[in-house]
Amino acid sequence: MRTLIKGYGIRFDIMVFGKAGKFHVVPTLLNIGAGLGLMGLGLSGVRLQPLCVRSLSLTASQNATLESPPARADSTFKVTMVPGDGVGPELMTAVKEVFKSGDVPVEFEEFHLSEVQNMASEEKLNEVLTSMKNNRVAIKGKIHTPMEYKGELASYEMRLRRKLDLFANVVHVNSLPGYSTRHNNLDLVIIREQTEGEYSSLEHESVSGVVECLKIITREKSRRIAKFAFDYATKKGRSKVTAVHKANIMKLGDGLFLQSCAEVAELYPKIKYENIIIDNCCMQLVQNPYQFDVLVMPNLYGNIIDNLAAGLVGGAGVVPGESYSAEYAVFETGARHPFAQAVGRNIANPTAMLLSAANMLRHLNLEYHSNMVSEAVKRVIKQGKVRTRDLGGYSTTGDFVRAVVANLRHRPLH
Amino acid sequence: VSRIKCQIIFYCICFAFQMQTVTIIPGDGIGPEISTSVIKIFEAAKVPIQWEERNVTAIKGPGGKWMIPPEAKESMDKSKIGLKGPLKTPIAAGHPSMNLLLRKTFDLYANVRPCVSIEGYKTPYTDVDLVTIRENTEGEYSGIEHVIVDGVVQSIKLITEEASRRIAEYAFEYARNNQRNSVTAVHKANIMRMSDGLFLRKCREVAENFKDVKFTEMYLDTVCLNMVQDPTQFDVLVMPNLYGDILSDLCAGLIGGLGVTPSGNIGANGVAIFESVHGTAPDIAGMDLANPTALLLSAVMMLRHMGLHGHAKKIETACFDTIRDKKVLTKDLGGNSKCSEFTAEICRRVQDLD
Repeated sequence: MRTLIKGYGIRFDIMVFGKAGKFHVVPTLLNIGAGLGLMGLGLSGVRLQPLCVRSLSLTASQNATLESPPARADSTFKVTMVPGDGVGPELMTAVKEVFKSGDVPVEFEEFHLSEVQNMASEEKLNEVLTSMKNNRVAIKGKIHTPMEYKGELASYEMRLRRKLDLFANVVHVNSLPGYSTRHNNLDLVIIREQTEGEYSSLEHESVSGVVECLKIITREKSRRIAKFAFDYATKKGRSKVTAVHKANIMKLGDGLFLQSCAEVAELYPKIKYENIIIDNCCMQLVQNPYQFDVLVMPNLYGNIIDNLAAGLVGGAGVVPGESYSAEYAVFETGARHPFAQAVGRNIANPTAMLLSAANMLRHLNLEYHSNMVSEAVKRVIKQGKVRTRDLGGYSTTGDFVRAVVANLRHRPLH
Repeated sequence: VSRIKCQIIFYCICFAFQMQTVTIIPGDGIGPEISTSVIKIFEAAKVPIQWEERNVTAIKGPGGKWMIPPEAKESMDKSKIGLKGPLKTPIAAGHPSMNLLLRKTFDLYANVRPCVSIEGYKTPYTDVDLVTIRENTEGEYSGIEHVIVDGVVQSIKLITEEASRRIAEYAFEYARNNQRNSVTAVHKANIMRMSDGLFLRKCREVAENFKDVKFTEMYLDTVCLNMVQDPTQFDVLVMPNLYGDILSDLCAGLIGGLGVTPSGNIGANGVAIFESVHGTAPDIAGMDLANPTALLLSAVMMLRHMGLHGHAKKIETACFDTIRDKKVLTKDLGGNSKCSEFTAEICRRVQDLD
């Protein structure tokens, strides 16, 4: 893949394949700012058209439609993969299998970083970071944090997040068609600030028996996450953003967060802005979750609401999520649990990881493949014949993956 | 002298009939209406309780510190048991909220909220039967905040050994006294390794002394995830302040909201104040539309705390039967009766149960 033009945060690459001289021009957004800036230029409030990959062939043949598969590309996208702990490796195997069967032009660079299995060290962390700097996109499982700490209060997962400055965590809470829970047809987006707040790892024991833990809130980061939330809402055509806080008790801390959100809200008159206190929010989510659209909040509340909302649509196995920084995108499950009880038993549900992988393909502008994978997964769930244990069925992970592979639209040409 | 004689005779009679005094704080908004309802129902059930009504509005004490009126404090110290309606928190009154003042005055360290599904008031979650016990004095709500530099704010979360031990002990004793099988400590010790780690260590230590009650520990996010999928797997939950606030409201949402949830605050020196946690609802105050269920169930919790289990069972059954029958229900429960009609119906059932 060679670079044609690079500027204004967008890079146009050209991929030539086959002897027929067919080539694809692929635009890549180098940072979210550029992309969002582009969006703002004329597409505010309107659902954005996916950037299609159209083949501009040198020969006189007609344009390939989106239905038939594109010709096999000679070069592939490189993506960093960190399987993590617990069922992470099993889920990654599922992703790799589906990608192989679907001929997805993605190549994974694996790194096994794990604190509980003593495979973590500074060098390993730096290796992952270097790989990320080159590839800019990663898919990862949960790196489990052991409860006993040896000197450093911050876990590897938190340090990775901080070094890459992954400040925004987006979790898509969508009800799966064909699987009904107590609340159906949910469609929420939960945006959580991921680098500060309660997870600052600043703790000390000033007097024996008294421990202090610091929660840090800064105006800059609050503004950044609020802007991200509103930009995201604009880009996806959402109508309302709700800020979740506890400013009646933590008047200065959450008060600052709320103030930043309100300031940013004024720049987006088309999007409705509301705020709600965290305990009331939890209560409303279990009684009437349809009143929410996009939720934005600091770190700890985000952890709680992510998991709560995941439980509403079917659990940690069905909700995809991603983390963004200005330069990188990391795709993972929405509710991050290592699920150690399921290791080796082949019962984990790969839906969340597969849907997240589909989102990653969309981010890489492989729209066709992205739709192929996500539709296959949704079709399997809708049919209801093959379901893993957490959705009430008896199938294994392997069965589910085979069913997804069978449902992929694409068949290899050879 | 004759006045003293009268008082002595009065106390003798009270002692003879084992009348216990309870301080009742009606509160604001719909508070007075629902307090009257509860008093009426208790009369119909012939509960041996004598009510002492007190008001709590913040007054400035001699040292310039805000405090509750001395009559209220004296009454509570004497009776040790209180029942409180909703209190209004004025926004710019200059004094801290009344709930905070009460908490500090009587050192109410444990907030207990039993959440039981009410038959007849349908929610998507059935068979909920759990109790959340929340540490109420420290944690994230210590109120210690500073602006370090303009644009950077630091909040301090305080966890102490003493408070953690006290709440853990209370949780296990509650489990033992109420025939509960297990206690689960809810924490985030993988992230806040020192603070929640201390809380967890104390819980583990106290669990050693209560071998008849099963002890488990679970991360906060796992609890939230499982709570909305299958709330029947939880029994008694004990946790620090912030998590407790969120989880107890979450559980209240599972059974139908704050209008039907009882709550109790246990303090040092045997003081206990039971309250309804909903707001003052100023828009329906005085119109006889309020739902007294929350305050009534809190009063039932109070009876159980005082040992009057028979009366507690009677009133609770009457209340649940009324709601299950669905003939006389207040507006928020789905009917269109008045508060007084609802109260009268419960009184009638209580008398029938005799």
